[in-house]
Amino acid sequence: MANDNERNSMSAEDQSAPSEQSVVAYDRGAAIEQSDGFTNPGLPPHRPRQTDLHPEKERRAERQVVAWFLISMLGSVLAIVAYIALPIEPGNMASVRANNLFLGLAIALALLAVGIGGMHWARQLMSSHEVVEERHLSRGSEKSRARAVEIFQLGDQESGFSRRTLIRNTLIGAVALMPLPAIVLFRDLAPAEDAVEAIAHTMWTSGERLALDPTGTPIRADDVTIGSAFHVIPESLKDIGHNEGYLDKKALAAVLLVRLPVDRLKEAPGREGWSYDGIVAYSKICTHVGCPVALYEQQTHHLLCPCHQSTFDVTEHAKVVFGPAKRPLPQLPITVDDEGYLIAQRDFTEPIGPSFWERLNHIDPDHVPVSAAETETRA
Amino acid sequence: MTATATRPSLTAKASNYLDERTSISTLVATLGRKVFPDHWSFMLGEIILYSFVAILLSGTFLTFFFEPSMTEVHYDGSYVPLKGVAMSAAYASALDLSFDVRGGLLMRQLHHWAALLFIAAIGLHMLRVFFTGAFRKPREINWVVGFILFILALAEGFTGYSLPDDLLSGNGLAIINGMVKGIPIVGTWISYLLFGGVFPGDDIVPRLFVLHIMLLPALVIAFIGIHMVLLVVNKHTQFAGPGKTNDNVVGAPIMPLFAAKAGSFFFIVFGVLVAIASTFTILPLWEYGPYDPSPVSAGTQPDWYIGFADGALRLMPGWETEIFNWTISWNILVPIAVLGLFIVIVMIYPFIEQWITGDEREHHIAERPRNNPTRTAIGAAGVWFYAIMWAAASSDLIATHFRLNVFHVTYALQAMLIVGTVVVYWLTKRIALGLQKKDREILLHGYESGRIVRRPGGEYIEVHQPLDEYEAWKLKAYESYAPVMVRPNAKGRITPATHLRAALTRWFFEDRVSPVTPRELEIAKRHDDH
Repeated sequence: MANDNERNSMSAEDQSAPSEQSVVAYDRGAAIEQSDGFTNPGLPPHRPRQTDLHPEKERRAERQVVAWFLISMLGSVLAIVAYIALPIEPGNMASVRANNLFLGLAIALALLAVGIGGMHWARQLMSSHEVVEERHLSRGSEKSRARAVEIFQLGDQESGFSRRTLIRNTLIGAVALMPLPAIVLFRDLAPAEDAVEAIAHTMWTSGERLALDPTGTPIRADDVTIGSAFHVIPESLKDIGHNEGYLDKKALAAVLLVRLPVDRLKEAPGREGWSYDGIVAYSKICTHVGCPVALYEQQTHHLLCPCHQSTFDVTEHAKVVFGPAKRPLPQLPITVDDEGYLIAQRDFTEPIGPSFWERLNHIDPDHVPVSAAETETRA
Repeated sequence: MTATATRPSLTAKASNYLDERTSISTLVATLGRKVFPDHWSFMLGEIILYSFVAILLSGTFLTFFFEPSMTEVHYDGSYVPLKGVAMSAAYASALDLSFDVRGGLLMRQLHHWAALLFIAAIGLHMLRVFFTGAFRKPREINWVVGFILFILALAEGFTGYSLPDDLLSGNGLAIINGMVKGIPIVGTWISYLLFGGVFPGDDIVPRLFVLHIMLLPALVIAFIGIHMVLLVVNKHTQFAGPGKTNDNVVGAPIMPLFAAKAGSFFFIVFGVLVAIASTFTILPLWEYGPYDPSPVSAGTQPDWYIGFADGALRLMPGWETEIFNWTISWNILVPIAVLGLFIVIVMIYPFIEQWITGDEREHHIAERPRNNPTRTAIGAAGVWFYAIMWAAASSDLIATHFRLNVFHVTYALQAMLIVGTVVVYWLTKRIALGLQKKDREILLHGYESGRIVRRPGGEYIEVHQPLDEYEAWKLKAYESYAPVMVRPNAKGRITPATHLRAALTRWFFEDRVSPVTPRELEIAKRHDDH
């Protein structure tokens, strides 16, 4: 409190002589270095411009400004001409380009010419004498500060805000509770279903055929040659319309299918039956933040996410070999049906895509972890 | 003459009419001849304001044609390669306003280019204010207001980027979805509510549209208003110069010179933007196709101003913890925390510096960066830190362009992020101190004139040209600080805060070059005369 008073009194001094922000007055252990200082030499003599000295140069500058403003008018007219003379012909991209280019350049000319002309006027013809304005401290005057304090005190007295504590506290409580209904109101931003349930499963079911993205043509195992990679969707996805959640289902079910030479495939115990003759299927959605892992390197059998460069090794259950992803891509257990088409044995055994807080609660009992580390954390 | 005296002009009558109803003459009297100092770097803030006007105008035009809806349509516009393709109404209308509306493409490109200039100018303006110490008392609050505007501008940029619902914008949203899901406890639900169900859903575009054209612009305009009012109240800073003091403003009056220059500059900025929009393609969204969660193109990147956030994600190793059946995604949380800390430090820096220096004076003279070496070094280190994260958002393009291994590029950037920041800090500080020493030399002994003179004794010397008093003033006129001693406070106690402050002042001001004193100059003069 004492300190505050001290500060106020010092500030009062300051206000009376704003030009002297005395270092001493403020120096309460401040790191300000004292210096005896030089005297400011004051404004240098004003240097007249060519237009100030020579009337013919002044007249020329005037003509130039006028010329710029006339050019601007021309630009505006040209813009209207371009709009009419360069219509867009349906299907003709060259007409779009021409319209964009000439309409834009004409408008730019109209704008720039006004800007340049105005700037020329300001710099060559308007008074160039520098003007000096006094500065004052940003704080209000002592009188208005005192009055403000008085007003707040009066307000407090007349309302009894700090005296009637029960009124004050209940008011604060009421106002504090008020936003809560607004928060609750936001619940229906999303459907009533549980958020975690909604992303815990995909539309893959036992017997669902693997089909090409986006045509929906089912894939025969024979058609998958060694080294090839297919972008895959469930066959029944093609029957779902865009307005019935096509993209939502696809965002969960997108799969990448690769055929490796059988001797290159290192299968974890328990997952031997999940591939078919060297053909393996993995979720295409990155376990980092969910970009599609769409780049397949044929030589190394690596899958690369183009967003953040997480790299997965397909020969070893898509384990992470580089990048910010932590977990391998979930594997879709597959086999073939009677007609030789690739089908899913079941849904993924774990939630696909980026990690989320509740993820471990939705791991299927049949899930086979691929690494020792993963087994450890499960146990 | 007598005619005008008896019969007031139309302007006079109109002014009188207005003033009798609004007392606007008071405003003109107060502000009409207000003085603005002149320096090229003060234009950066103007560029922000003028590009914002271009954004508002072009954006309004776009809303007349854009349909913020994710309902499925089959494209039936002018662009042949996409004919019949199923896409959202948002993407289709973005194509239509580009290809079937005269001037539509121009307005869309103007909107995008103006937005990029807006954010770039905000960044440069913030750097100018930071490096010249223009955030010091009484402008700390305006720094925070400006900082909020920067964040709002990023939010405007991201929401706008997401609206066309093309492949790139959809992938950006996929990344946001993944990041939100990484937030502990509430992440899954926030994503669910944000997208109106499972990602991508069909609510996100209309929701972002409302934010982009209503809520965020309203906030931007409100904060620009506060920013401008505080600018008027505090008056603009000026660089040290002859005749310029901490107690005056030297420059051009608003009426007419500053208004004419600023008004003309508005048209120049606008004109340059339209010229760029008519000659340089930005976001050729027809090339990307509609959003689909499955395909993605190599080399996908956000708009450059979001790059630092994307780069932070790329540089983070793949750490996650599973504890009590919960998953904690450090690979998402650490980048968010680092970025959060970074921008919070930027926001509160004025208060930190003031606490360290204990300097409660008002400052209206913009400092030359060299005259506050530690602050300048901190700023440069921050710029480096930001720039490396930003470069990391292009790690794959750097790798393909220079034929490097993308893994090695990432490792190199990780090292540069940590080590480089320290090196840049140290280097900048040394350079600033070196420049201060050079200034001292010049002030004390003058410029090297290049004129070699042989003295009678056979000795050769180079003649030094002394500065004139106006040039000299620029080098003389700066303040410096010194470390404080640990001293007991009024109660006779030495608190940990006192120790901390003393240590921080040592960090800031231990290495310093003191300003030349009149006495030193006197001695140097006498010495040189001999």
